[in-house]
Amino acid sequence: MNIHEYQAKELLRRYGVAVLDGHVAWTADEAVAGARKLPGPVYVVKSQIHAGGRGAGRFKEDPNGKGGVRVVKSVEDVKAAAEAMIGKTLVTKQTGPQGKVVSRVYVEDGCDIKRELYLGLLVDRDTSRVVIMASTEGGMEIEEVAAHHPEKILKVHVDPASGISGFHARKLAFGLGLEGKQVTSFTKFVTSLYGAFLELDCAIVEINPLVVTGKGEIVALDAKVSFDDNALFRHKDLEALRDDSEMDPKELDAVQNDLNYVALDGEIGCMVNGAGLAMATMDIIKLYGSSPANFLDVGGTANAARVTEAFRIITSDPNVKAILVNIFGGIAKCDMIATGIVEASKNLSLKVPLVVRLEGTNVELGKKILADSGLAIIAADNLADAAQKVVAAVKGA
Amino acid sequence: MAVLVDKNTRVMTQGFTGAQGTFHASQGIAYGSNYVGGTTPGKGGTMHPELNLPVFNTVAECVAATQANASVIYVPAPFAADAILEAIDAEVPLIICITEGIPVLDMVKVKRALQGSKSLLVGPNCPGVITPDACKIGIMPGHIHRRGSVGIVSRSGTLTYEAVAQTTAAGLGQSTCVGIGGDPVKGLDFIDVLEMFLKDDETKSIIMIGEIGGEAEVVGAEFLRKENFGPGKPNKPVVGFIAGATAPPGRRMGHAGAVISGGKDTAAAKMEAMASAGIKVADSPSSLGSTMVKALGA
Repeated sequence: MNIHEYQAKELLRRYGVAVLDGHVAWTADEAVAGARKLPGPVYVVKSQIHAGGRGAGRFKEDPNGKGGVRVVKSVEDVKAAAEAMIGKTLVTKQTGPQGKVVSRVYVEDGCDIKRELYLGLLVDRDTSRVVIMASTEGGMEIEEVAAHHPEKILKVHVDPASGISGFHARKLAFGLGLEGKQVTSFTKFVTSLYGAFLELDCAIVEINPLVVTGKGEIVALDAKVSFDDNALFRHKDLEALRDDSEMDPKELDAVQNDLNYVALDGEIGCMVNGAGLAMATMDIIKLYGSSPANFLDVGGTANAARVTEAFRIITSDPNVKAILVNIFGGIAKCDMIATGIVEASKNLSLKVPLVVRLEGTNVELGKKILADSGLAIIAADNLADAAQKVVAAVKGA
Repeated sequence: MAVLVDKNTRVMTQGFTGAQGTFHASQGIAYGSNYVGGTTPGKGGTMHPELNLPVFNTVAECVAATQANASVIYVPAPFAADAILEAIDAEVPLIICITEGIPVLDMVKVKRALQGSKSLLVGPNCPGVITPDACKIGIMPGHIHRRGSVGIVSRSGTLTYEAVAQTTAAGLGQSTCVGIGGDPVKGLDFIDVLEMFLKDDETKSIIMIGEIGGEAEVVGAEFLRKENFGPGKPNKPVVGFIAGATAPPGRRMGHAGAVISGGKDTAAAKMEAMASAGIKVADSPSSLGSTMVKALGA
């Protein structure tokens, strides 16, 4: 689960991480009120969307204007900046060409920036430990730095048994060329951030840029926090930070129905059991010359109701010209899936060709249910057969 | 003699009296595996109402009473890491965790606890391990398997079944199938299972099925390049497949671990690493069996 910058900063502040003062605003008037609570004379007005590259991004309504993050020098200019952002659509490198509507801005205290650095925490799958990454290339995307200057990324891995220690922070601080008071400030920052990462079950925390101020303090200028969805059960309070408007409506629908769904831009809707098989099904559709409209794993506990929900979400995508169901029953039983397919086809009065491949547990029963249904279902014997038939159905349509 | 599990494996179940534990233990027993008991805290001292096997409060008690040497875990995700830690503490040699959705930081702790322990972990978020006609631990449909010569190691459950069905249809059968699971932090990885397959006489060839995300397939392929292929080496034919060639970067495709984040963790990069190491890469998930037949004929 992703959250907004202002929410991330509010959370991190509670864990002792140094952030600047700021106020969220849903209207230009609230932005002005927020600015008046800050010392000034420099303010930063920041569009709040779940995507990076806001500063360099441009608004659809004003493509030649300024970006989604603006430094201003008066309360009047705060108002003007907020008016230029709220309700407008910001397009950045990460939003895709459709952009994202800015519903709120964050008005933050200005800051005397001496240096911009990068700091990021995540679980490193190769070492099975939390890795803390730092770089002198603040403001740049870490993937870019990794691709072109991997030597500029410093890493320390934290042993979960002993936890974070002073040396971890010093190793990074001296590696970044920090000195004197900066090192002490950095150590406090990293230690607090690691604590927040563990306590909040984060998936990723990125502070980019992390700045060294003129006074030698270390402070987060931006903050990106995302949580491990599997751990949200122990953080009920974080649910309030969820912003559904940031999600694709079909994906949101799927999440609410406990289905694993990712919207794609092809024409064949897929319903598969198992994530690996679902990806492989997408791949084989491509191999036979078409493209998948979605990834959808109905899971092992699929029953008629879930299958119906899955079909409803798949067919809500207007690009879907045919549907491929690929089930290899293990825990999922083919007869239950078949019953679900028949019910869903009738309830939703399905209008696109439907190719079904069933294999595994109770396969004969399942095939019989489909055959007896009287529905125009195209049966397939194996995965290749299924892919060929569904692609042919699309091409013939 | 296959790897990890065989006729001598004595299986216990954690989460024994729950719906999942009960159903899959009964399936394992019906398959002919040796299930000896299990745990449900608070129900110790009773007999499982359907399976007529003893229930214990703790893993240590269960091991002491039944000499279980493998434990399969069906405990719900919030408590699953604790269940694995308990099995490690009880020195169960083989722990297989089926549970999906364990918080990754819980698994970071578990992984640390495995270091220097007497336990091997398979999973979590995996279908389990099966040696056909000998021992079935997990949720895979037993009837599609046939005792034979192909060792299968995979990150994906249902894609493993695909490989099983195709090798069964080709008349090759399987020595052992190991589902290592789709999570980013897990127990055994490709390299560990590949090493076992190379040493196993019954395993004459290997299918490895990976996904986008991480570098484990590349590490596994490098291991095979050095240890399997070449003069004086086992030279067991290996067929590979990577799911997710069409997956967009940055999107998690169901499995917590299946997300392209770098550039080296794409399907294309992994397939290239496999091919350059000497692995025959199947161009489609439906040609795993036929690619193996070809590799064996060559």
